[in-house]
Amino acid sequence: MSWIALKMLTGNRGKYLGIILGIAFASLLIAQQASIFCGLMLQTSGQIRDIQGASIWVMDPNVQFSDDVKPLSENDLYRVRGVSGVSWAVRLYKGLTRSRLEDGNFQQTILLGLDDATLVGAPPKMIKGSVFDLRKPDAVIMDLEGYQLLWPGEEPLVGKRFEMNDHVAEIVGICKASRTFQTFPVVYTRYTQALDFVPPERKVLSFILAEPSEGLSVDEVCKRIQTQTGMRAMTGTQFEWVTMKYFMQKTGIPFNFGITVALGFIVGTAIAAQTFYLFTIENIKQYGALKAMGAGNWTLMGMILLQAMLVSLIGFGLGIGAATWFGKIATAPGSRLAFYMAPEVFVGTGLAVGVISILSSLLSMQRVMVVEPAVVFQG
Amino acid sequence: MNGDKSKPLISCHDVKKIYGSGNAEVHALRGVNLDVYPGEITMLVGPSGCGKTTLLSVIAGILKPTSGSVVALGSELTKLTSWRRTNFRRTNVGFVFQQFNLLPALTAAENAAVPLVIQGYTKRAALAESRKLLTQMGMGDRMSNLPGQLSGGQQQRVAIARALVHHPHLLVCDEPTSALDAKTGHTILEILRSIAIEGDRAVVIVTHDSRIFEFADTLARMDDGHIVSLEREHRGHEKEEALSA
Repeated sequence: MSWIALKMLTGNRGKYLGIILGIAFASLLIAQQASIFCGLMLQTSGQIRDIQGASIWVMDPNVQFSDDVKPLSENDLYRVRGVSGVSWAVRLYKGLTRSRLEDGNFQQTILLGLDDATLVGAPPKMIKGSVFDLRKPDAVIMDLEGYQLLWPGEEPLVGKRFEMNDHVAEIVGICKASRTFQTFPVVYTRYTQALDFVPPERKVLSFILAEPSEGLSVDEVCKRIQTQTGMRAMTGTQFEWVTMKYFMQKTGIPFNFGITVALGFIVGTAIAAQTFYLFTIENIKQYGALKAMGAGNWTLMGMILLQAMLVSLIGFGLGIGAATWFGKIATAPGSRLAFYMAPEVFVGTGLAVGVISILSSLLSMQRVMVVEPAVVFQG
Repeated sequence: MNGDKSKPLISCHDVKKIYGSGNAEVHALRGVNLDVYPGEITMLVGPSGCGKTTLLSVIAGILKPTSGSVVALGSELTKLTSWRRTNFRRTNVGFVFQQFNLLPALTAAENAAVPLVIQGYTKRAALAESRKLLTQMGMGDRMSNLPGQLSGGQQQRVAIARALVHHPHLLVCDEPTSALDAKTGHTILEILRSIAIEGDRAVVIVTHDSRIFEFADTLARMDDGHIVSLEREHRGHEKEEALSA
């Protein structure tokens, strides 16, 4: 009966396409919005991912997310270094500063000060220049997107100068960095150099980056640091989740995206279910005839389920395809849109479409189950 | 097949059918007695609402009567579960509907193959059978056409092929000529007649069309849920008339 079911479905071109479009729309909206949400959440923690070379982040116990910097004292660095199991620990400055361009324009900038000696946390991917050029006086490395934001349309140029806190900074390299939530340019420099670029404060140390000794687990060393210093210590991945959870709990972002995803689900279900139901109603006499000819309820339900599965699969494919295409545009160089289609988004959208498909077919099944074969004799 | 033509294929005894309940009760059949013989055409005729379609549905195993007995091919239909009645229809009954009820997305050959597919035949085997039958019915050149591309008479031929493809013992036809012109209707009845005689099948037809009464071996006139007259024409063309209670 499968081929009959499929021919019945595809034979009604208008309804067939209508159901597919309904499901594709729902699938697109759910996948696209969920992926933008994931992209945004990834942006909130992008800088943590970009700081590589150390397994442990140490911070003030009251830090809630990566931009919530509560400065530490220099002594704290030495206390961490004194914890048994810590192989090494270095400073990291992270803060916001204002950059002044040649034309007098100002732009907020994220400033990262790396340990002078080791440059731990340096950008992982250089586009122009070298990380080691940071050792030059006034040297900074800027991320490509930040550069394009400050000097739109200009070819990235090493040697370009601007000012931070009335100090001249010279770009010695262009790097690739993760997009930031605030979309500000990211500027890397040495720790001591960073202190020149920001107004003086009593405590300036933002984070301590540390590495456990060989043979010791990161978690174990984190525990030791927390116990012995009272500071908070965690892995980079843990810090990413802490940051993302903060944004999820303290902002309306998940709720707003959740509403759109729910709307996509509801609208998709409504369109698909209604069209599918109408399609069934239109064919109710045919189903009655099949029943009269000896087709059982299970057979007819199987036919409806198969029809629903086919349109769901095609609709899901089209929707995910369109969302992926959108993502390709969103993540193209120069675009500042957030988009990350996590495997969970793919699976979740598939499950949502599955539910839409089941809900749609249930209505139709119920109608076909109750139809009397005698309906075929009603003129 | 029931080999003895003197024995009825279907026997209805004191069949009553009531729709609804209480004040809304409608007595569609009020104690109908009818025998349907193999190799013959039985026509149920009468005004609209007289119960002929209900009786056809009962005979075909679609409707369960409220009371009475319907013995078809040795089985008491009223005692069968819904599932068994479905099985009974699947193997023993062929249907021809007033509006043909062909699946519009299926070709003529595919439509005619549907009962075999329901019985579990593969598509290929079912199509082979239906093509053979359609060719016999002069539809050989129309097998790939969709119902929308066929005339009323051609659609009815496909519907008849669909009703016969699984070699049922009983053929039930609801107003098979009402959507057709007189000439085509006549041709269709000739086909049905040959099906009844050659295939030794019982053919039950509900109709308003008095032009086709001449094809009936048994003519049951119904009114208000009763069979008010029963004309039975034997092979020798002598007529016997009876009145039911």
